[in-house]
Amino acid sequence: MAPTHPTPNDPAAPGGLYLHIPFCRSKCAYCDFHSSADLQRLPDVFEALLREVRLRASESGCFDSIYLGGGTPSLLAGGDVARLLTHIRRHFPILPDAEITLEGNPDSLTPARLTAYRQAGINRLSIGVQSFHNARLRFLERRHNADQSQAAIRSARRAGFTNISLDLIYGLPGQSEQDWRRELEIALASEPEHLSCYQLTIEPGTRLALRHRRGEWQALDEAAQLRLFRLTRKHLAAAGYDAYEISNFARRTPHGGANLRSRHNQKYWNHLPYIGLGPAAHSFQPPLRSWNEMRLQPYIDCLARDQLPVAGSERLTPRQMRIETLYLALRQSRGLDRDAYARRFGERFEARFARPLAQLMDGGQLVWTPPCYQLTEKGFAVADGVVAHLVSALAEDEDLPRPADDGG
Amino acid sequence: MQLNHLRNFSIIAHIDHGKSTLSDRLIEVSDIISERDFKDQILDSMDIERERGITIKSQTVCLPHAAKDGKTYHLNLIDTPGHVDFTYEVSRALASCEGALLLIDASQGVEAQTLANLYLALEHDLEIIPVINKIDLPSADIDRVKSQIEDDLGLDSDAAILTSAKEGRGIEALFEGIVAHLPPPQGDPEAPLKALIFDSHYDPFRGTIVHFRVRDGRIRAGERIRFMSNNATYKVEEVGLFQIVRNPQKELVAGQVGYMIAGIKTVSDTRCGDTITLDSRPCEAPEPGFKEAKPVVFSSIYPVASDGYDDLVVAMEKLKLNDAALIYEKDTSVALGFGFRCGFLGLLHLEVVQERLEREFDQSLILTAPSVQYELVMNDGEVQIVDNPALYPDPTTIEIAREPFIKAAIIIPDRYMGAVMKLCMERRGINKNYQYLTNNRLEMIFELPLSEVVYDFYDRLKSVTQGYGSFDYELIGQRDTKLVKLDILINGDRVDALSQLVHEERAYQRARVSCDKLKEEIPRQMFKIAIQGAVGGKIIARSTVNPYRKDVTAKCYGGDITRKRKLLEKQKKGKKRMKMVGQVEIPQSAFLSVLRTDAE
Repeated sequence: MAPTHPTPNDPAAPGGLYLHIPFCRSKCAYCDFHSSADLQRLPDVFEALLREVRLRASESGCFDSIYLGGGTPSLLAGGDVARLLTHIRRHFPILPDAEITLEGNPDSLTPARLTAYRQAGINRLSIGVQSFHNARLRFLERRHNADQSQAAIRSARRAGFTNISLDLIYGLPGQSEQDWRRELEIALASEPEHLSCYQLTIEPGTRLALRHRRGEWQALDEAAQLRLFRLTRKHLAAAGYDAYEISNFARRTPHGGANLRSRHNQKYWNHLPYIGLGPAAHSFQPPLRSWNEMRLQPYIDCLARDQLPVAGSERLTPRQMRIETLYLALRQSRGLDRDAYARRFGERFEARFARPLAQLMDGGQLVWTPPCYQLTEKGFAVADGVVAHLVSALAEDEDLPRPADDGG
Repeated sequence: MQLNHLRNFSIIAHIDHGKSTLSDRLIEVSDIISERDFKDQILDSMDIERERGITIKSQTVCLPHAAKDGKTYHLNLIDTPGHVDFTYEVSRALASCEGALLLIDASQGVEAQTLANLYLALEHDLEIIPVINKIDLPSADIDRVKSQIEDDLGLDSDAAILTSAKEGRGIEALFEGIVAHLPPPQGDPEAPLKALIFDSHYDPFRGTIVHFRVRDGRIRAGERIRFMSNNATYKVEEVGLFQIVRNPQKELVAGQVGYMIAGIKTVSDTRCGDTITLDSRPCEAPEPGFKEAKPVVFSSIYPVASDGYDDLVVAMEKLKLNDAALIYEKDTSVALGFGFRCGFLGLLHLEVVQERLEREFDQSLILTAPSVQYELVMNDGEVQIVDNPALYPDPTTIEIAREPFIKAAIIIPDRYMGAVMKLCMERRGINKNYQYLTNNRLEMIFELPLSEVVYDFYDRLKSVTQGYGSFDYELIGQRDTKLVKLDILINGDRVDALSQLVHEERAYQRARVSCDKLKEEIPRQMFKIAIQGAVGGKIIARSTVNPYRKDVTAKCYGGDITRKRKLLEKQKKGKKRMKMVGQVEIPQSAFLSVLRTDAE
């Protein structure tokens, strides 16, 4: 039996709670996420985060996912995580079977700490393995080695984690299909419930970008990248993993067992509400999105005055809501639900996007699988272009019907 | 002002020999404007002129000079355009002078254009003062330049004046030289008015400002004047001198150069080279040499935005006020909608119009491939004139096609003879004659189809002669030709705005180059794009723009969504300079690339 899917625009749908821990021992070469290596500030930020939890408790709705992301949340001691989760449960209605994820790096996931996390209520672990190849880990400027990753996975199992996700990065310079297949095999040997496989992206402003600009390394060409992208999907499908999002794979469970997809991350892709706490975290309550102050001191100071550390917000226009819906829905294997679109936007999807839709169906990038439009294998490789092509049908000056969850 | 206190002169020079800087220095020293208002290179006031370092509209300035003999002279500096498209304007400007400063770079020495300009000046019987400029340069070789002046130009090098316009050296000596060596104008102030128009420009407050040189007689505000080419009459509102600002005078008399304002609505009502006389007391004959500027290159202009036509109409009307040579009429294209079919003096004129529309009027434009005017003799004997590929009739109904030919005079150092010969032969040229002007300077005469010249010929000539080649041409009539219409198909759809009329022999090459250029300019899209060149139904060239095969963001979580959406929104804005043709977005630059497709 197929797992049930959360439906976008379901007012009763539980929300997600994200907590950003913006600290790392050192910044990895490729990373443009918000983090600081000044660990002395961690206690102050942690206290401020607890205050923010309390301040935002009045926001309505219940929650069935909590995600401690970063940064490196595994820098938090077991006791701190327990304290944080207890604090959250005191102020937010958290459903009993909530998915509670913690992101961690192999070098800080010690057996003792893993046991403490498990006892604190963490039931899903996302481990930043990135590669099982030491030279590639050095290229990425990671602090750990392949042995530490293996050890962390073993320790996590021993500590009782039954839902483990591994993060991997591929498309590194010189990486052949064989190289990558070998790494996938190593990852699969530990039988993770979930895998996130990201194609290496040169984000502006990172050391990786700087080194690239200086000619210290060469990116793979388009054909090689495409081969690795396809290999990932094919290999993991054969190994029993569902590519439920472009970079995310969940182990298929026999006879409709526990759904191993990331419940929390699906909230982003389904445009469901979420609250983000901590520096730089984003919140979304359709059609309103807001984001927190990213600088640590202003974040701390703001909360010390019992003020919300909101740095900015936007109210999505009907056009923007459509763009995000297209972009997020089509990244998922399920695709864009035509009926849900019609309910939400009060118009037929086929009517709005008639021309590009026909072109993309003709071109073999999109396929109709009732009740959804889905990207094909060919389409997934050019997902951004497909969306851009659809967006071209949304005239900038046209008055579009407001979505049902616009809130007036 | 007495005639012998007047001097009218131009500065002629090879490009980059310092004409603009010297003009600035003369203006500065004569103290007619304050330092504060002084913008470098005052005379090249249009942005485009400044950027390209060329003069398009000639301008004039009247410089007062208190000479050593204790008298004050009025020295009229008449600036000349510096490009072959505007040769006629140059010749009219020179016709208003008695003398010219022949400017030579002290380190570069005599160059092709120096010589070509000298001949043009001598044609008008101008007195020449050689000026050796840039003597401040370490590489300056004054002796060598002096011997070139003697040997190559046949001028007296003792008369040469040494200057550094940059450092302001020799400017005083130059003023004295102008007074001493250039003749004062001749003319009879009491004879009936006869004045030569050499330029005009549009002023939004006063209407057309006519630039002219009085040959005989005098002109005052309040008088009724007549243009001799069309007998139109106007009442003079104001006459005066150009001193950067307009300086009104009671009257202008024989020998003087100045302006007239006479309630003339557009510059098209005046003609460069025309003669002004008094309506009540006309002169007997006009100044000789009047030619009407005739467009030789035709192209259609369309707005990029489909709703941009109304704005373009307004912009064209305003531009026309200031550009008498521009002609246009409404045009439509299946691919591009409403626009204008325009006639230009040459390809540079076309580019100048395009740039002015884009910069001064904020238009975003698409231009079609330039064409010349063909004469088609139909089966029934009727003669049709066609300059627009869209109006090219069914080829089976055409008996004879004719295309305009030019006689081109190319002056080069003789070492470039082979390169120029090759270039002209490639362009279907026929070498009619050549002669040595000096011991190593060669003048080559070719007959060439005009259509081969409008495509980047001048640039290619400059390139194969490393800048030494100069080029002038005149139309010599229509000749029989074999014409075909080359169509460009994008994903099977013919794009009418990309069609071109070409000589049969050139069709394959033009088709191939057009397809390749379009392939470079059309960005990769979601779908494969086939570009084909076709004559009749036959495909003669093709190229393909391959689609993206990989275009996907790896990570998309809470904090990434807004950023990603903004990229998608911005991408939409970027497409405003794109034109949808069928299912393909073609950038404006792709249309422009086909304008210059002859680089091998």
